[in-house]
Amino acid sequence: MAFPILSVIVFTPIIAGMIILMMPGERKTEIRMVALAAAAFDLILSVWLYFAYDITAAGYQFQEMHSWLPSFGIGYHLGVDGISTPLILLTGVVMFTGVIVSQSISDRPREFFAFLFILATGVFGVFASLDLFLLFFFYEIAVFPMYLLISIWGWVKTREYAAMKLTLYLFIGSVIALIGALAMYWASGAHSFDLLVLEKAHFSTAFQNTWFMPVFMGFAILGAIFPFHNWSPDGHVAAPTAVSMFHAGVLMKLGAFAALRVGIMLMPQGAIYWKWVILGLAAVNIVYGAFIAMVQTDLKYVIGFSSVSHMGLVMIGFATLTRSGLIGSTVQMFSHGIMTALFFASVGMIYNQTHTREISRLGGFVKVMPFTAIAFIIGALVSMGMPGFSGFVAEFPIFMGLWQTAPIIAILSVISIIVTAAYMLLVIRRVFFGEMPEEFAGRMNDVSVMDKVALGLISILMVGIGLFPSLMVPMVSSGVDHILALLG
Amino acid sequence: MTFSFTSSMIMAVLPEILLLLLGIIVLIVDLLLKEEKRRNLGWLTAGGLLTILIVSLLVARPSEAELVWGGMVRYDGMGFFFKMLFIFAAAMTSLFMMDHKALGHRGEAYLLLLASTLGMSLMASASDIIMLYLAIETTSIPLYILAGFMTGDDRSTEAGFKYLLFGALTSTVMLYGLSLLYGFSGGVTNIYEIGELVASGALAPLLVAGVAMLILVGIGFKVSIFPFHFWAPDVYDGSPTPISGFLSTASKAAGFAILLRLFLVAFPQISLSWSLLLAVMATLAMTLGNLVAMAQTNIKRLLAYSSIAHAGYAMIGLVAVSELGTTSTIFYLMAYILTNLAAFGIVAAVSHVTGSDEIKDYSGLSRRSPGLALAMLVAFLSLAGMPPFGGFVAKVFVFAAAMEANLVWLVVVGVLNSIVGVFYYLTVLKYVYLYRMEDEDEEKHPIPLSLSYAIALTVLSIGILLVGTLFAPWFGFSGAAAIALF
Amino acid sequence: MNFVASHLLTTILLFPIFSAVVLLFLPKNETKLLRWTALVASLIPFGLSIWLWVSFQSGTPGFQFQEQYTWYAAIGSSFHLGVDGLSLTMVLLTTLLTPLAILASFSITDRVKPYMMLFLFLETGMLGVFLALDLLIFFLFWEIGLVPMYFLINQWGGENRNYASLKFLLYTMAGSLGLLLSIQLLGVLFQSYDLPLLYERWSSVQGSLLGLPVATVKTVAFWAFAIAFAIKVPIWPFHTWLPDAHTEAPTAGSMLLAGVLLKLGAYGFLRLVIPLYPVEAHRYAGILAFLAVMSIIFGAFASYGQDDFKRLVAYSSINHMGFVMLGVAVAARAAGTLDAHIAVDGAVLQMFNHGISAAAMFFLVGVIYERAHTRDLNAFGGLFPIVPVYGGILIFVSMASLGLPTLNGFVSEFLVVRGSWPIFPFLTALGMLGLLFTGAYILKGIKKILHGPMNEDWVGHLTDISTREILVVTPLMILFLVIGLWPAWILDVINKAVMVLF
Repeated sequence: MAFPILSVIVFTPIIAGMIILMMPGERKTEIRMVALAAAAFDLILSVWLYFAYDITAAGYQFQEMHSWLPSFGIGYHLGVDGISTPLILLTGVVMFTGVIVSQSISDRPREFFAFLFILATGVFGVFASLDLFLLFFFYEIAVFPMYLLISIWGWVKTREYAAMKLTLYLFIGSVIALIGALAMYWASGAHSFDLLVLEKAHFSTAFQNTWFMPVFMGFAILGAIFPFHNWSPDGHVAAPTAVSMFHAGVLMKLGAFAALRVGIMLMPQGAIYWKWVILGLAAVNIVYGAFIAMVQTDLKYVIGFSSVSHMGLVMIGFATLTRSGLIGSTVQMFSHGIMTALFFASVGMIYNQTHTREISRLGGFVKVMPFTAIAFIIGALVSMGMPGFSGFVAEFPIFMGLWQTAPIIAILSVISIIVTAAYMLLVIRRVFFGEMPEEFAGRMNDVSVMDKVALGLISILMVGIGLFPSLMVPMVSSGVDHILALLG
Repeated sequence: MTFSFTSSMIMAVLPEILLLLLGIIVLIVDLLLKEEKRRNLGWLTAGGLLTILIVSLLVARPSEAELVWGGMVRYDGMGFFFKMLFIFAAAMTSLFMMDHKALGHRGEAYLLLLASTLGMSLMASASDIIMLYLAIETTSIPLYILAGFMTGDDRSTEAGFKYLLFGALTSTVMLYGLSLLYGFSGGVTNIYEIGELVASGALAPLLVAGVAMLILVGIGFKVSIFPFHFWAPDVYDGSPTPISGFLSTASKAAGFAILLRLFLVAFPQISLSWSLLLAVMATLAMTLGNLVAMAQTNIKRLLAYSSIAHAGYAMIGLVAVSELGTTSTIFYLMAYILTNLAAFGIVAAVSHVTGSDEIKDYSGLSRRSPGLALAMLVAFLSLAGMPPFGGFVAKVFVFAAAMEANLVWLVVVGVLNSIVGVFYYLTVLKYVYLYRMEDEDEEKHPIPLSLSYAIALTVLSIGILLVGTLFAPWFGFSGAAAIALF
Repeated sequence: MNFVASHLLTTILLFPIFSAVVLLFLPKNETKLLRWTALVASLIPFGLSIWLWVSFQSGTPGFQFQEQYTWYAAIGSSFHLGVDGLSLTMVLLTTLLTPLAILASFSITDRVKPYMMLFLFLETGMLGVFLALDLLIFFLFWEIGLVPMYFLINQWGGENRNYASLKFLLYTMAGSLGLLLSIQLLGVLFQSYDLPLLYERWSSVQGSLLGLPVATVKTVAFWAFAIAFAIKVPIWPFHTWLPDAHTEAPTAGSMLLAGVLLKLGAYGFLRLVIPLYPVEAHRYAGILAFLAVMSIIFGAFASYGQDDFKRLVAYSSINHMGFVMLGVAVAARAAGTLDAHIAVDGAVLQMFNHGISAAAMFFLVGVIYERAHTRDLNAFGGLFPIVPVYGGILIFVSMASLGLPTLNGFVSEFLVVRGSWPIFPFLTALGMLGLLFTGAYILKGIKKILHGPMNEDWVGHLTDISTREILVVTPLMILFLVIGLWPAWILDVINKAVMVLF
């Protein structure tokens, strides 16, 4: 039997988490080292997976299949295609960088890393699942540690409220989608939760039209689709740095990914039927998110709402149901994932020293943390879709897809680019340039070498994909071909 | 019907016989031990129960279902499966009882627990309405006493008295229904024969429906489903905590066992009308249980209301009236027994040290006892229906059964309710993990765990995890039990 | 060398970025080392582009030195480079001005490393636009060039730099949105962004698009392109970002901004708008010509009204770029005629000329500003005796800018006017009025600074222009003369390309 790389990737975090839980709580340094080692190991494996994926063969690869509950059609079936492989890499990157920037956690680091790693297992699992039940299983595992992570290690002022709001929103979304999944299970008549079987189930049009929306929206809540986006910025703000990174970087992708894999891929007719609704909602996301981000005064809220805006682009790309739109969305998931992880990491580095995120109280940090400033600027350029950065590689095809389906929405949504540019530049100028307020002058230190490694890694990825789209696009494209085949 | 003695007759009641034996042993050892050593009776009881469990699993597993003892008892997979559950629950409960101030050193408490377990075992396999009634009373009477065991404590006395009062009242109503059934059927008391009579039309459906209502009162009380739930919070609150745990798990599951047998076997013909009724009851139980639980400040009352809600979830599977539905209900009960026992066990462990059941006194628990907090996380997340714990799969199965029966509305209700559930379970975890003690000096207030608690909680936590991840065998057992019913 | 020869364009394009990365690893306090490295690094692309100029076969029509690599295959975009006479001139201009700008920046002491790196980035961005033969690559460099400029203004600019830099960036980006959308539309239609291919196919599209008649779509797309480039040029009334940006930019930034960045817009018109939309361009040429003339006139008037020396020069750019646009408009209206060829020859030469003369002017403004720390014309006066060399150079450069015969400006402006006269007689006449004012504002500038009563405050405070600074401006002055006296060497190359294109 081949090396079960996917299982290893998925379960490494949770096993590391259990090991950490068994370590004595006061040995904080050792705990951190174990966490870092596990994260590095997973990153290496996901990089290896990324390059081992055979693009020419396409399809689902590295499949692992074991029976789990055969009488009910539940199997332990893992596998990745051109869509999920980049997302696994994304998770590996975010996990690694997230662990790096969490080295400063001093309150119960043992529990922190354990919960964070449970979350990571859930995320990896969703991306690698080829069984609907398994997908839900991991999906929920990814949700509940968020509650604890935010409410325990979050920002004192809003953490309880935000954590509960987030959990309830996500839980509502997932159980609604679960109902749809069960409906599919029975309607397929195949008595199987296997996604590959369900893909070929050819549900009746009436069924798809009824059930597409609950399933898609249930997952899309986690992708912060309008009008269910409200939990997201609050959650970002309240969460500790690494959790914000995970949350915006990976978790929101989880929603979008599941909406694609379960919603669109299993019920393509339903997707065609409802696409205008999604296009409309996602357009609101894009534009509204950008404008709201513009008027925020808290740095994390700016990024939180910008995430809402960018996730709108992902959703809208899906809803175009075109080749370029889907390619763009997938690349956008990756690009936005690392970009926003970088943002939150930078904000965390600033906040650790200033204990404020009020933009008006910050300034001049380029002098003390130049590396962070440059990384943030690169992130901002990605965010505004500047050519030569990964954001452009993602957004451009999305808009091409929009032109093919809804030109008017393309024209409306494009406004967001300029708004994004405006608020990003304002933030950069106010936070990193200008005069440093007196209260911080002389008290600030540069970030640590490890932090620089984290920021540098992400920056290189963003520029690399921006300059060489062929690093990622052919793989994504192979995955999209399969979706297009399902769409007919 | 000629009377002939077969080995399966012994095997059918082997667990009961062994339980009786264990009771006698406990009684004797109780006399031999000095007062301060009597705590060890818990070890004896638990060990004995586990032995019974293993022995029964080894020798007394039924193959073909058959009626024995003149049709009084049905020797089948379903009864056997429930018996094993009850015995396991009783073993855990006896471990929890050991450190309880009022119960731990009292031999009769363990004896009563065993007696009640004996009754439950008979409930699970009773196939005759007379046997059924006797079994119910055998179960209930020891529990009345156990609930009011802390004679010095007003609330415990009140709990015992209340439980007795409502129990007597509802069982009277049920007895009335059973006697009517006896009359209508012309003296036929075997449930399976009654089922045939109903199927052949010899019994008027309307009459049966009326009778079923009366019987439902009694069973509804046992499973504490709406509208027969109101005793539960007060009784759970007042009873000694291990007993509350036992009441809310084994006793409830026993109620479900007869509910399944009676309604699926005796009255399948009228299933349409009663399944709607049960669906409504389930809906109200879930909704009311969850909504009221949100407002609780006492953890035992919270768990009491949540257990009302869980009875509602479990009933969803029953309402589906299908093989999968029955399987899922049984699976749900299994997961629920593990989970809720753990929850009450933790409450017992905490209150043993802090002397309080108020939720706010759980502040800082994760710093006072990380292990206990982790167990609580497992139990409460399982209650909330989160993977990888048993509660998640169990909920998925009951919902799946309801979807199969096209009961989308019921699933929606269930789903909405589980969201409410998530809210208040997480609220409790917030106290455990987030809030701190007033002086923030948790290190000075550790919560030590005695060995018996540690063992029981570890076993239960692992069980919750096993049921939630490697669920295939458990699902297989539940399915076999469900098939054996018919 | 073989590699460089076969990848000449890529080498020219990417060398600055490569050197910027090298710069990154140099110690940040070694300012001298950083400066010289940057200078040398920027001289190499200049040398290479001279090589390019020499080996360019001006007689051969079409694009030369083409290189094509896969880039973004999924949407049909490739990394396609190539030059013709038009872009070659611009490449030469860019690679010439960048080393001069870097040399001019030797006076910068604050954060030299990022400053020099940004300049090199900027050079690549500008070169990319001129070299790209793929619409998406064109757009990529078009946008990316904004970023270094933004930071140059924002970080090393004057007092009001925040406002000015943001305005600069947002104006250009907002202008590009329509361009972006139109490019996407083209991409969706043809699944390719290759320019030679688009030239052919786009103009032959018939029927309806997106449910609208194709003519309507094309008209909208034409304006989307036109506005994006018009903002960059800038032509009246899209010019308001320019004076702010110039005023706040550091000297070398202004040099490149006026010298090269403005040319990007005009180049866009010539490279994309007219070839892609010949019909629409013909139809709306009148409007373009009108706007161009308005730029000439208003630019001159506004320039005359300034008291800030740098603003004065900034507005003069609008005035001069108006002539370029006038040439473009002529080409749009009368493509294929001799008039058009003459006008475009003039326009392209004017782009080159304005590039070097504006750079020189801004540099001279910077020279005096660095010494006096003011640019208020009223604060100066009678400085000729104090800074005689500077005065002489200023007068010489001003004359070039003014369009004095025998200097470069005259040749190009004459050609534009000659070409446009038969096509837009009335507007051309109006434009001549503007030309008159060009003389007025330049003379005003010279008068206010060098002549009149001497402002005694400056005696002893002002030093004359330094050798390094003379070194910056000398090559430009030589070029003024060379082009003014013997324009054929450059006009020949331009004309050959123009004959093919228009």
